[in-house]
Amino acid sequence: MSLKLNFNPDFSMFLNCRAYYSAAVCLKSAKNKIMNDIFDVAIIGGGPAGLTAGIYSSRAKLSTVIINEGSFGGQVVMTNEVANYPGVEQTNGYILANTMKKQAKEFGCKLMSNVKIVKYQITGDVKTFELEDGRIVKSKTVIFSTGGKPRYLGVPGEDIYKGSGVSYCATCDGDFFTGKEIIVVGGGNSALEEAGTLTNFASKVTVVHQFDNFQAFPAVIDEAKANPKIEFIMESRIAELSGDESLRKAIIEHIPSGKKSEMKIDGVFVFIGYVPNTEGLESLLTLNQNSEIVVDSEMNAGIPGVFAAGDCIAKRYRQITTAVSDGTIAALSAADYLRNQK
Amino acid sequence: MKYLRTNLHEIETAEELKKMQQEYPNLMVCCGRMGPMCIPVYDVMEELEEEYPNVKFAAMAFDSPESGIIRNDPACRGFMGLPFTMYYKNGSVAHATTSIQSRQQITDVLKTKF
Repeated sequence: MSLKLNFNPDFSMFLNCRAYYSAAVCLKSAKNKIMNDIFDVAIIGGGPAGLTAGIYSSRAKLSTVIINEGSFGGQVVMTNEVANYPGVEQTNGYILANTMKKQAKEFGCKLMSNVKIVKYQITGDVKTFELEDGRIVKSKTVIFSTGGKPRYLGVPGEDIYKGSGVSYCATCDGDFFTGKEIIVVGGGNSALEEAGTLTNFASKVTVVHQFDNFQAFPAVIDEAKANPKIEFIMESRIAELSGDESLRKAIIEHIPSGKKSEMKIDGVFVFIGYVPNTEGLESLLTLNQNSEIVVDSEMNAGIPGVFAAGDCIAKRYRQITTAVSDGTIAALSAADYLRNQK
Repeated sequence: MKYLRTNLHEIETAEELKKMQQEYPNLMVCCGRMGPMCIPVYDVMEELEEEYPNVKFAAMAFDSPESGIIRNDPACRGFMGLPFTMYYKNGSVAHATTSIQSRQQITDVLKTKF
């Protein structure tokens, strides 16, 4: 059983403000203090990994700040149903994330939201983070938990038809395509599961996948293949999207041959994975070929006092539970590092 | 009847929306569900309430029959992604967007249209 994640385009730009007023008050009252104080732990990113790290470090009486550019909760707030988070029978990602945020705050963690860091200095005993508004946050350790964001097609027409035929959420927009013919791009669990969901609305779903085999679990593949409303175009990619006021057609390229064909369609749903939010960290940390932060088993990122956790690190499995685990380890490692510094 | 769990004022009837259009010269209404494309927009709006005191921010449930006033607005023709976000200036539609929008995209509209 896997968590069903519905990723959100441009996710990292968004801010969760359910507790906006309290966060704003916190931010304002902390403004000068943050300038002068040195936190024990600065956490960059407020998804499950970052919030968990915040819970653990603040509960350990370490002065902790979470600096978040996007929505508190990370990608989990985009999850409609969370059914396999241990100890919680069924919830949705929004509620789960907000409970984590509440816990972190109640333990004394300072939350800074909608804050963009423009400059990092992460070597030495004191790390500094220059914010877009000129303020500087200082800390003795840092945990990067910047998460990930959905991967776009990056083809002509994608931006133009976002909301007019191009979608990234079957649950949200599926009913706009009732009786219509659509394409689902991708070959992982999300793509094939959502293709199945979309057959509840669309008259025909064509899955376009770049490889000659799927990356989804066998049961998911079998279910999709058994669905009479789903067809498959393998080793192919969308090369271009076009239309009038709405999306009308897709140019599909067969990758091995380069041959292009035109398909009349009403919608394209994109589920092609994620990219880690590690822009700006390339020169500071060791990243792998996928731009993920390389860490050891203690979440050390290769620089004394610098740790990383969650979807931004190099790892195979990306679940809420693994993010929470990473965050826990990172916070405990940071605490251990601080103890050894004394 | 309220459908949305946000801190924004939820408009419950078409009549109320019309009244607010008259009452507030700058009105932004996000018409959606409690889904992944809509929640981030509500969140940004909640945050902007303090920054933009000249704008009234509100939400309306997409699945309410009353929101037909937005769903069927000519400005939403061709929209196929939630939420439908409306910007009313002096009672008229000044701008409308479909699907998720970033804080930057929203503030750009607020600055140019209001």
